[in-house]
Parts: sequence; structure tokens; C-alpha cells
Amino acid sequence: MIYSLAVKSLRNRKFSAALTVLSISLSVMLLLGVERIRSESRESFTATISGTDLVVGARSSPVHLLLYSVFRIGNPTNNVRWDSYRAIADRPEVAWTIPLSLGDSHRGYRVVGTDHNYFEHFRFARSRALDFAQGREFEEEHDTVLGSEVARKLGYRIGDDIVIAHGAGQVSFMLHEELPFRVAGILAPTGTPVDRTVHVPLEGLDAVHAEVSSEGIHDPLMAALRGAPETETEHPGEEHEDVHGHEHYGASEGDEGGHTISAFLIGLKSRAAALGMQRFVNQYAGEPMTAILPGATLQEVWEIVGAAEKTLFAVSALVVVVGLAGMLVALLTSLSERRREMAILRSVGARPMHVFSLILGEAAFLTGLGVAIGVAGLYAGLLIGQSWIEARLGLFITIGWPSAYELQLMCVVAVAGVLIGLIPAWRIYRYSLADGMTVRI
Amino acid sequence: MTSIAESVSPESNVAGAGENVVSLADVRFAWNAGSAIVIDIHRLDISRGERVFVRGPSGSGKSTLLSLLGGMVTPQNGMVRVLGQNLAALGGVGRDRFRADHIGFIFQMFNLIPYLSVVENVVLPCGFSQRREKRAAKEAGSVEAEALRLLTHLDMAAPDILERRVTDLSVGQQQRVAAARALIGAPELVIADEPTSALDADRRLAFIKLLFQECEREQATLAFVSHDAGLAPLFDRAIELTAMKRTNSADKPEPESR
Ligand SMILES: Nc1ncnc2c1ncn2[C@@H]1O[C@H](COP(=O)(O)OP(=O)(O)OP(=O)(O)O)[C@@H](O)[C@H]1O
Ligand SMILES: [Mg+2]
Repeated sequence: MIYSLAVKSLRNRKFSAALTVLSISLSVMLLLGVERIRSESRESFTATISGTDLVVGARSSPVHLLLYSVFRIGNPTNNVRWDSYRAIADRPEVAWTIPLSLGDSHRGYRVVGTDHNYFEHFRFARSRALDFAQGREFEEEHDTVLGSEVARKLGYRIGDDIVIAHGAGQVSFMLHEELPFRVAGILAPTGTPVDRTVHVPLEGLDAVHAEVSSEGIHDPLMAALRGAPETETEHPGEEHEDVHGHEHYGASEGDEGGHTISAFLIGLKSRAAALGMQRFVNQYAGEPMTAILPGATLQEVWEIVGAAEKTLFAVSALVVVVGLAGMLVALLTSLSERRREMAILRSVGARPMHVFSLILGEAAFLTGLGVAIGVAGLYAGLLIGQSWIEARLGLFITIGWPSAYELQLMCVVAVAGVLIGLIPAWRIYRYSLADGMTVRI
Repeated sequence: MTSIAESVSPESNVAGAGENVVSLADVRFAWNAGSAIVIDIHRLDISRGERVFVRGPSGSGKSTLLSLLGGMVTPQNGMVRVLGQNLAALGGVGRDRFRADHIGFIFQMFNLIPYLSVVENVVLPCGFSQRREKRAAKEAGSVEAEALRLLTHLDMAAPDILERRVTDLSVGQQQRVAAARALIGAPELVIADEPTSALDADRRLAFIKLLFQECEREQATLAFVSHDAGLAPLFDRAIELTAMKRTNSADKPEPESR
């Protein structure tokens, strides 16, 4: 009886009820969405480095090194000499190494110079090896292997020629037009920065840079005028450092042992050797280098972004509070009108407890529905936005069941909704006891 | 002061013919501890089938008296018996159930639940009282049929009226729907708190006549509150409540017999 009354009463106020549910569901969606992206991005960052024991680069801050070497965020400031790389790669504890040479780009995508080891030893998503969607890894000096997104977005197929540019960013001005690379392979999607990377052999990259220096293009403005249309000269200053950062190639051209790389990844035979190896690299006499344990450094990254995450979480939690407050306002404003209803119900034998549960039940129902729709909306949004998020943030969101923490958040919202419902329910309970038989207006 | 000899057996739940449906003894009631005493009645008995008119100036405690009869509140002193049942002895839940089973209410205004249809409003008490549900169903086959029967008697069964939202009905029509609700399932006591004060004189009379008819048919006892003394002659008996002065026992209300 009370149940059907509650349903009819709610239907009678469906517009305001719908608004309440909408605001709760949107706020829940935001809260869970923020949480989902946070945990997914951590997950994906962790997965990306999971197979690597050490990352080594020229002396710099560990976070910086990790970000540019593995996540392609930022640029290397200094390089590591090839002989230093060899000295460390040949250590007995080392199982494999992957050299990385950064600093060039192709239409906004980073170019990484590397070698065969990349395809053999790089691991993502805990332990998965790179797969080829088409073609094979590079064999010739001017072969290139594209990440899945690069190929998809730019519409490249096996056999296409691409030209790489000096410097990172969409607006590069120094194009290496004379020496194009031919697409030899396209990787399967990984949900990591690999998807957005153009891989070329180290030798190929050296050859391009040798060509650049032999032509004597050192002036960025000159380069801009020669290599690209006027529109691409917008930020010459921005690119300036990169150009200088790369002059080592030119300088070391022809000297087989003398060229440089930006960083390298190390896989050890035994994880236990990691700390000893790290110390060895950091104290390496040949040149100053930094070795990091990627997991530990990632932890540092999380500490840096932790405050921002907390702020974001707090804001979305506040939005939930606002949503619930909206429900409280709606319930309280309906109360004076419903006080009459309650007197009528009392006169036909409804108990104060009925009256109480009518309001509380409504609050619980509205919050429950809000949470449910919010979760449904989140999943719908993830399904729709998955590819967008992947393209924009490089984050592949797996659509799985809600995590324990997410369930906990949902429960907290639901419980908060019920607790908030107690306020009007208690008030009307008091009224219905105090009003007696009179219907008050 | 009326002093009707009390002849109610405390055990009986439903009063037999000739027994008092309502019986008040030394009842004193204040809304809050320490505040003015609103009701101070030495003795008041209403017998079965009687139609009693309760009047008194505003604030004299008419509505309060009805709350006492309905078991919404209990007196600090004395005893309120309805159908021989001491309401205070029932406890809160018991009183709510008792009210659902045995008492029908009509208010001055805002009698109807706005989001329910006319028929749904009428059958509302049957949702809270199995007893009244059974009685209503026995009468006409189903509670809805009984609601329609009562509405027909009250001239409210035209299809276009039944379809209408209850908030679109005229006040007089609303009051008739409320009367049908008070009467469904044949409760022994019908309590009406100024049900006619929003009606014009003609409609007032018509409504009261209809109410009498239906009460007679259902053999219900009627306690009818109004400040309109002109209606008193229509009733079997009139009780006058006077505004109380604080705990002055010389100023007890004087229910008068006609
Ligand atoms: N729910 C309540 N809580 C506290 N005091 C109340 C309550 N209802 C009525 N009173 C007080 O009890 C006294 C009697 O009120 P009551 O409503 O019974 O008068 P009444 O005779 O019905 O008046 P009216 O003709 O205006 O309806 C008044 O002083 C009123 O302020
Ligand atoms: Mg009153």
C-alpha cells in the first residue's frame, strides 16, 4: 500500500524527481569517471614499464628520464655515448638492452631510433610482447615500423614512404626530405605510447642527421624556409633547443663508436641485481649517467600528481554533495505540501513509521536510481569515449566490472543519500505526530 | 453537563446496539506539558447511530476533541473509549490500526491525495484496514465497486467526474469524495471536522443530508464539528465547547443536550 502510494506520489512529481536523479547520476558519473581514469592511467603507466628493470639516460632527474624515455613526454636534454651504452649492455648481469634515440618527429608523432631488441624485448601490459599487425620489423637502414595509431590516423600502409622531421611537435620545420623511410611493418595496438611512435633503425636516424649536418642547416630559420611552408615557422624558438641537443650526431658522424643515444632500457637476468646495477651506472666513470628503477620513479610521479588527483577527486566528491543537496532541497520543498497528504494518510490509519519510510524510501530510491544511471552512463560514456580517450590521452581504458573501490564509492553515495533522506523523513515524522488530526496548510 | 449513565463493557471491542460508541470520562488534555489545557470534559457519551453536532468558537478545542476520539493523541487525564475500547491502552500502533478499522474522517479542506484518482482516494482506507476492505468487498463485490456505489449515492459517479484529477474537482465535489472515503467499509464512527465550511449555504445543506443518509445506511455514528450554529437543529444532539481558561475547573465546557 505504502509502496504503491510512494510510486504514485513520485510519478506525480516526476519532473523534479527526474532532475534530482539526473543531477545525482551525473555527479556519480563524474566521480567514478575521474576515479576510473586515475586508476586506469596508473595501471597503464605501470603496465608500460612492467618488463623493464632499469632505465638509463644522461644525468638528469629520474622523473624526467622516465617520462621522456618510456612515455615520450618531454625531451631529453643530454645524450649517452655509444661506448658507455656498450659498456653497460655488456655487463654479465644484463639480459638485454634497448637503445632509444629521441628528438625527431613525424607529423606530430615521436620518432624513436632503436634496434632489433626493441621488438624482441619490449613488454607491455605486464608481459605481452609487441605484435605486428602487418609486415615485419625493420631490416634496411631506411625501413620504419609504425605504431598502430600512427598508421591508422595517418592512413599509412606497408611500402609507403614517410619523411621525418627534426624536433618534436606538430610544427616541425627541418624536414629530412631527401632520405625518406619506407614502412616495413605496423604494430598491433598496445594501449601504450608505442602506438604513437614511429620506429626507425638507429643507423637510419644517424644517416639522416649526417645528411642534415653535411648540408649545414643549423639555422632554424633557414631550415624553416628551406624545408617547410611558412606556416610551419610559428615557434622557431621552441624548437631551438632540440636542434642543439641533436648536434652531437653531426659532430660524431663517421666515428663508428662515437655516436650517441638518448637513453636505454635494461632487462636484467635477475631482478635482485637491479640495485647494484643502478649504483654501477650512477657511478660510471666514463660519463655522468642516471639509472632509475622505473617502478620506484613512477611512484615519485604519482606523488607529484597525487595532489592534483586529490583535488580532482575532492571536486568531483563535492559535485556529488551538490547533487545530494539538490535532492534534499527538493524533498524539503515538497514537504509542506506533503504534510497535508500525511495528515490524510494518518487519518486513514497510516502509522508515523509509514510516513517516515515513505520519505526515506523516496530518498533511497532516488539516490539508488541516480547511482545506477550514473554507472550505466559511465559505461556508456567509456564505450563511446574509449577511442577518443585513447587517441587524446594515449590511455586505453579497459571496460571491466567496477573495482572494489568503485563499488565502495557507490555505496558511500547511496548511504549518504539515505542519510540525507533521514532529515526530511524525520521532520515529517515529527509533524505527523504533532499535527494531530488537523490538516495544516 | 451531560451525565449519561455509563454502560460499556470494557472487554467488548465493538459496541452492540444501544451501547455508547464514544465515552469520555474526566478527560483532560493539553497539547504540551505545561501549556494551557484545551480539553476538560467530565463526561461525554455518544450512543450508536447518534448524530452529534459539536460547536464552539475558534480555538475552543473542537479539532482537538476529534484528535482525541481518533486516537491521534491521548489525554493526560481520564479515559477515552471508542466502541468500548480504551484508546490509551492500545498503544500507538494499536490506535493507528483501530482508527483504520473503525473511524472515517472528513476534513474541512484538502481531503484528497492529489496524485490519486477519485476512486483511489475513496478506497484508500481499505489499503490500511483489512476489516474495512472485507466489509467493502462484501457489500459490492469489490472495493472499487463499493466506492462507485457510494459515489453514485453522493451523485459523484458521472464518468467525466471520475476521470478528472481530484484537484480539478469543485470543493463541494471534493467533500463528497471525502465523505465516500469516510464511509467505505462501514466504519462505526464518522468524524467530520468542519466539512461544510467551504461550501455555500445550499450545497452545505445538500451535503449534510447526503451525509446523514449514508451514515444511516451504514449505521454509522456521526460526530460533526462546525462553528455554524445554524446547522445544530439538523442533528440529534448538539455539544457546545467553550474556550477554556487555564485549569479553572469552574469553567468546564458544558455539553448541552437538545
Ligand atoms: N497540533 C497542535 N499542537 C499544539 N497546539 C495545538 C495543536 N492543535 C491545536 N492546538 C491548540 O489547541 C487549541 C485548540 O485548537 P483546536 O484546533 O482544537 O481549536 P478549534 O476549536 O478546532 O478551532 P477552529 O474552529 O479554529 O478550528 C488552540 O489554542 C490551538 O492553538
Ligand atoms: Mg478546528
